[in-house]
Amino acid sequence: MEKIHLEFDVDGRNFVSAGTATAKVKACLKEMGINPDDVKRVAIAMYEGEINMVIHANGGKALVDIYVDKVVVKLIDTGKGIADINLAMKPGYSTASDDIRQLGFGAGMGLPNMKKHSDECIVESEVGKGTTVTLITNLH
Amino acid sequence: MTVNQLAELLNANKLNIANGEKEVATGYAGDLLSFVMGRAPEDSAWFTIMTNVNILAVATLTDVAVVVVCEGATVDESIIEKAKQQEINLIKTEYDVFNAIKRYLDET
Ligand SMILES: Nc1ncnc2c1ncn2[C@@H]1O[C@H](COP(=O)(O)OP(=O)(O)OP(=O)(O)O)[C@@H](O)[C@H]1O
Ligand SMILES: [Mg+2]
Repeated sequence: MEKIHLEFDVDGRNFVSAGTATAKVKACLKEMGINPDDVKRVAIAMYEGEINMVIHANGGKALVDIYVDKVVVKLIDTGKGIADINLAMKPGYSTASDDIRQLGFGAGMGLPNMKKHSDECIVESEVGKGTTVTLITNLH
Repeated sequence: MTVNQLAELLNANKLNIANGEKEVATGYAGDLLSFVMGRAPEDSAWFTIMTNVNILAVATLTDVAVVVVCEGATVDESIIEKAKQQEINLIKTEYDVFNAIKRYLDET
């Protein structure tokens, strides 16, 4: 199988459409007959990343490459960036504002979820420039 | 217990029933979406007081059997409409989370 490449624009601050890219990827993987547990892992990790781009950056791009043995999701934004990545990865750490918390976000569990639900979670960020999260999930 | 049976048990308003005969395997309670996302078991009844649109994305991605909105929290028509489109079981009860779960557990 040739790899399949998908690209999505993620709209910043739009909570209604947040998760659309992930839903499409999930449907695509399901249709390809990929193992449901793997589909779920990819979807959970990607959704957290997509929501982070909506909440913490001003949206961005999601690039998805589906190979025979793995799925690579790249979430690229040009938002404010993360000053201390180790701190951001800690369960419970969040800078979400009160109005964001009222929507049910801000538990500080997004990045830990991404790590847990992928085989490799690489966070690269530069303050003032943006953040790129790469999620690699092996398929079984 | 099926989704329909749970709805009955909770005197719930069936905001959207996509598959009422679906079996509820277990339950999960929470309002912080990333917790629910990472932990809600598949086919569980998810008890929450959250009613914003993101609960639907979380419900879909976790494959819960039904979302149980507790405390009679107001659910927008637009969200019910989306639940229909996405075939998500969504019910609403006047019970608070504790008592809704108590009723469920008393029957299982
Ligand atoms: N794309 C991003 N751009 C800028 N900052 C980010 C980005 N992603 C995460 N962060 C920072 O890292 C912190 C931790 O992120 P994480 O997803 O773990 O928690 P959260 O989004 O605050 O809450 P939750 O995901 O539980 O709703 C955020 O509060 C934010 O400060
Ligand atoms: Mg997050």
